[in-house]
Amino acid sequence: MKVLVPVKRVLDYNVKARVKSDNSGVDLANVKMSMNPFDEISVEQAVKMQEAGTASETVVVSIGPSKAQETIRTGLAMGMDRGIHVETDEDLEPLAIAKILKAICDEEKPELVILGKQAIDNDYGATGGMLAALLDWPIGSAANSMKLAGSDMTVVKEVDGGLQTVKLTMPAIVTTDLRLNEPRYASLPNIMKAKKKPIDAKTPADYGVDTKPRLKTVKVTEPEARKAGIKVEDAAQLVDKLKNEAGVI
Amino acid sequence: MAILVIAEHDNKSLKDATHKTVTAAAKMGKDVDLLVAGKGVKDVAAEAAKVAGVRKVLTCDHATLERQLAESMQAVIVPLMDGYDAVVAPDTTTHKNYMPRVAAKLDVQQISSVTGVEGADTFVRPIYAGNAMATVKSSDAKKVVTVRTTAFAAAGDGGSASVEAIGDPAGPFKSEYVSEELTKSDRPELTAAKVVISGGRGMGSGENFKLIEGIADKLGAAMGASRAAVDAGYVPNDWQVGQTGKAVAPALYIAVGISGAIQHLAGMKDSKVIAAINKDEDAPIFQVADYGLVADLFKALPEFEAELEKAGY
Repeated sequence: MKVLVPVKRVLDYNVKARVKSDNSGVDLANVKMSMNPFDEISVEQAVKMQEAGTASETVVVSIGPSKAQETIRTGLAMGMDRGIHVETDEDLEPLAIAKILKAICDEEKPELVILGKQAIDNDYGATGGMLAALLDWPIGSAANSMKLAGSDMTVVKEVDGGLQTVKLTMPAIVTTDLRLNEPRYASLPNIMKAKKKPIDAKTPADYGVDTKPRLKTVKVTEPEARKAGIKVEDAAQLVDKLKNEAGVI
Repeated sequence: MAILVIAEHDNKSLKDATHKTVTAAAKMGKDVDLLVAGKGVKDVAAEAAKVAGVRKVLTCDHATLERQLAESMQAVIVPLMDGYDAVVAPDTTTHKNYMPRVAAKLDVQQISSVTGVEGADTFVRPIYAGNAMATVKSSDAKKVVTVRTTAFAAAGDGGSASVEAIGDPAGPFKSEYVSEELTKSDRPELTAAKVVISGGRGMGSGENFKLIEGIADKLGAAMGASRAAVDAGYVPNDWQVGQTGKAVAPALYIAVGISGAIQHLAGMKDSKVIAAINKDEDAPIFQVADYGLVADLFKALPEFEAELEKAGY
């Protein structure tokens, strides 16, 4: 079974996002960028499936600027077989991304696409679901575990009240949540090996997809800041303040 | 403009998230209809008809809708959209699951987790885990919107909308429900509780969460946790408050042994009052806390519980 994993290059999750002074967006100049953490989990899952013999080929895709190649290399160093880089300097919306991925799926014919449940920059959480709808495939969102049995994939999903298990008829889409696995660190020999793995260079035009943005960013601002309050001496004072000053208990 | 709001319910009762979503939708336009899709939802529909500001309630009662799985919800909603300019749903896991499908089928860019509505086509939404707020204007003919319900007040009761049944969703579907393992709790639900008390990595173990249990009992509070505490395996994932977990905005949020990582703050900084107990006086949580207690939680929590007891809780 061929497994496709789309990955996104985003602001590293340890770096605090700073809003640009002209309110046009978040400043991404000279800051550390990394693979979206949920995508690392997707890559790990694909590589694990290959190691277990359930995946025969693993393909990592990234749609983004030339530097997105580094993110693809990270996936290759973790163990993915080959890469596809769709180069664009535009920050494409999930709908455009899903359309490009649909076109790639039509060509590559994977049986499983594993995506992160959200990218931690724009926080739309939409690409996986959109791709599923465009392909008319079933989806297991926010996977906590997944298991292949014949032509079905059983996915245990994180839901608000706990866990929910669904059975998907393959081919299918799975989006990953935090507890699915712990992504490995690429070893130095694997990083060296990854440099020799092939990456196809493409552009959105190759897929004939209209990527025109549907949303216009009017402005990006700092969130309203909360002010630090006071320090209380002890538990007794805390109870007193909560009861008599704030009136919340 | 006509707006379709998707109700949050468990086939037995209508959830508060619905009322909050109605408030958000009403800021977009005045003709707000509610869709109750589920199985055996007569009572839910009756409740929905009473929500103030709702014009009409549509019900779709079908076995495949019992768990509101993605494909069946898509099959119900997409055909209805001929008659609507927008579809709006709460950003709980149920609706996050199918709304992108609806958006893609309508060829629309979804606008996720909005915290502000500035008219029929302009919305405010947190990005980068709430470290920035983006105002976006949609040029799509129809809008597909999910709502961060903690940002909106609940619509009241007093409405008397008509209830109308619609046809079954057209299958077949390639996914089916197998089972569910829900956390059993007598406590209020995390996102609806008036008081939330959460523990972080500082709790040291799952066992130690007993220390906050007694306090939660006294205050009628829901219990939550930071991602660090969940990652460490102390408590289940559905307790997680933060960017990758739930967003809460109770009247009182008590953070215990939580340093206050950006990702946690994203999920609780809209709380009315924040109290924090942490032994590290430089912990970032104190920068957002209205009341901070610098203390060892293993000493402070039993004292806090005893003081509550003294105060009559």
